[in-house]
Amino acid sequence: MSDATKPAVPILEARNLIKTLGGNRVLDSVSLAIGRGKVKVLIGPSGAGKSTLLQCLNFLLPPDSGQILLEGREIDKKSKKELCSFRQQVGMIFQDFNLFDHLSALENVRVALMKVKGMGKLDATERAVAELKRVGLADKASLYPANLSGGQKQRVAIARALAMDPKIMLLDEPTSALDPELIGEVLSVIRDLAQGGMTMIMATHQISFSASLADEFMFMEKGRVVEHGSPAELLGKGSGSRTQAFCAKISELTGEAGDGEAGACRL
Amino acid sequence: MSTPYFEFLRAELAPGLLEGLWTSVLVIVPSALLGVVIGITAGVLRVYGAKPVRWLADCYVSLFRGTPLVVQVFFWYFALPYIKIGGWSLVLDPIEAAILAFGMCSGAYQSEYIRGGLNSIKRGQIRAALALGMTTRQAVTSIVLPQAFRRALPGCGNEIIYLIKYSSLASIITVNELTGTATTIAKNTWRNIEVFCTLGVYYLALVTIAAWLLRLAEDALSVPGFERPRT
Amino acid sequence: MDFSVAFNAARDSLPYMLGGVGWTAGLICGSMLLGLALGVPLSVLQVYGPKPVRRAVSLYVWLFRGIPILVQLYIFYFGLLAWLSQLPGLTDIGLDSPFTAAVLVLGLTSSAYQSQIFRGAIQSLPGGQLKAARALGMTDAQAIRTVILPQALRLSIPGWSNEYSILLKDSALAFTIGVVEIMARMRSIASTTHEPVSMAFVAGIIFFALTWVGVKGLSLLENKVRIAGYTRQGAV
Repeated sequence: MSDATKPAVPILEARNLIKTLGGNRVLDSVSLAIGRGKVKVLIGPSGAGKSTLLQCLNFLLPPDSGQILLEGREIDKKSKKELCSFRQQVGMIFQDFNLFDHLSALENVRVALMKVKGMGKLDATERAVAELKRVGLADKASLYPANLSGGQKQRVAIARALAMDPKIMLLDEPTSALDPELIGEVLSVIRDLAQGGMTMIMATHQISFSASLADEFMFMEKGRVVEHGSPAELLGKGSGSRTQAFCAKISELTGEAGDGEAGACRL
Repeated sequence: MSTPYFEFLRAELAPGLLEGLWTSVLVIVPSALLGVVIGITAGVLRVYGAKPVRWLADCYVSLFRGTPLVVQVFFWYFALPYIKIGGWSLVLDPIEAAILAFGMCSGAYQSEYIRGGLNSIKRGQIRAALALGMTTRQAVTSIVLPQAFRRALPGCGNEIIYLIKYSSLASIITVNELTGTATTIAKNTWRNIEVFCTLGVYYLALVTIAAWLLRLAEDALSVPGFERPRT
Repeated sequence: MDFSVAFNAARDSLPYMLGGVGWTAGLICGSMLLGLALGVPLSVLQVYGPKPVRRAVSLYVWLFRGIPILVQLYIFYFGLLAWLSQLPGLTDIGLDSPFTAAVLVLGLTSSAYQSQIFRGAIQSLPGGQLKAARALGMTDAQAIRTVILPQALRLSIPGWSNEYSILLKDSALAFTIGVVEIMARMRSIASTTHEPVSMAFVAGIIFFALTWVGVKGLSLLENKVRIAGYTRQGAV
């Protein structure tokens, strides 16, 4: 991981984000800052606001108030141009992939390179192929989303985001919509990214997996970050943290999958 | 030089169109009823009928959906009297010809919705009805049709709205309904824009009121699970 | 009714009646294209536009769907266009031709219907598509052009083929303002030959054939632009 002694400007910083949806305060003054090469993991029960937070971070859902800063510079959400260039630098992975269903895997990765970055077709294709290779899908480039498995779709989505050379990636429960046997292939791509130094904020229920990657856990509940700290601190034996209570609960509920989770909680 | 629009509307246009409106209603209501009756009959036959019957019903539907309504109106009014069977021929007056033409055409479209509604009802419903000792006919009329009709209602309602608009074609065979009356007034007064735009407003009102009534009917008949799919 | 007389009359009328196909085809092509050119932007505005714009589009759709074609033909041909074509500078551009009026009426009405077909298709796409495009840094215009419309237009083809057969049938109404398409020719030849039955049959068959050709053509188009795994949706 990166040099922790140097007090650098965070890559992405959010200050006091507030978001109300349908009368409910889904985000209640959430702040966070993430440095280069760090991995932050959001955990918490569903409805805690994890997904809302991630979508607010790149203005897919505009926050009601609060500031977002990329490398110390505040983003003016009223400027469309600034918003678009900001989003280019922030990659996003969705729970339900959101591949463009009318484009092949290759075209999915290429389309934004050409339309947004203005790259030529040849260069864009070359880059797209390289990204697909990186996620292990070079041989699936010509297939359409309908012909890909869930795990493959999510890997294409990751390639699509990576092709834009993002400074940070936001991952919104990237494996939640996958069948259990397909989760592994996506997690291994994410692990490669983290080890390659990619800055990431990820919402997930894969506690043990993320504990092995994360620099920091943020436990969210009812639109607030109630606890944050290193996985070891929060999950440590006898820490009495909400995080640990939550992990214990989901490991009970998931039964046989619980081994890994419980193991992580005992970490 | 000429009277102002509102004076013209009050003194001449509105009274004339009111008379035309009654004739329009006289054409629309019977042909809508005819259309629904034919539509249900043809729809049921197309789903549950014996093969030759099904084939005949299919032919009827594609014939009447595949040709323009004007051609059909023309046929019933101008051509039918020329068809002599055993020295007999059927001569319809304009209103009768219009009702027959609209009813037959509308029935073909209605049967599509009815058929779709019937096909959406699972076969298990009939099996369950038969298991209770109902005859096939009872099962269809008291179990399947009430469900199918609810599913078909939005489509059938739309079809009636089309019928209201296409009833204007009756003016082509000299029926003095809304459009026919308006054409006469326009010819006599040379105020084409005012007359025809006012006519347009009348149809808009008719269509909007009809849509509202149909919505009320749907709500009144609605049971859980058969709500109109929201778009 | 003497069958052989009727048959001969039908045969003799054929060349003249088929001469109307060109006019009918012109009406349909013109109005379909006009409907498409207006319908696509209308649908985008109705889904993504600000509230007053959405209201305006709804009003437009309500107007053109609520007024019968026949009445619109009268409004445009005997009213608006007759008046416009007398204004200075507008006299010589063919505004007073029946064909112009018919294409305009059929096209505007069709744009109202087509906009609803496209709107249905756009709204049937998962909401994540637009989000994902935005997340890649696309502007809304880019996202709609490269992501939403290519999918929505494909999904619209069945509805479009329905629209074609409706336009074909409605185009027969153009005879009322003097376009010499199939129906007009059928009427005039029926009154000179006193064989309305066979003429109605000939016209019916021609319309039937045109419906079939168009629907077939559009389903070929649909297969051609189909994307693997994309399921065909019912007419919207």
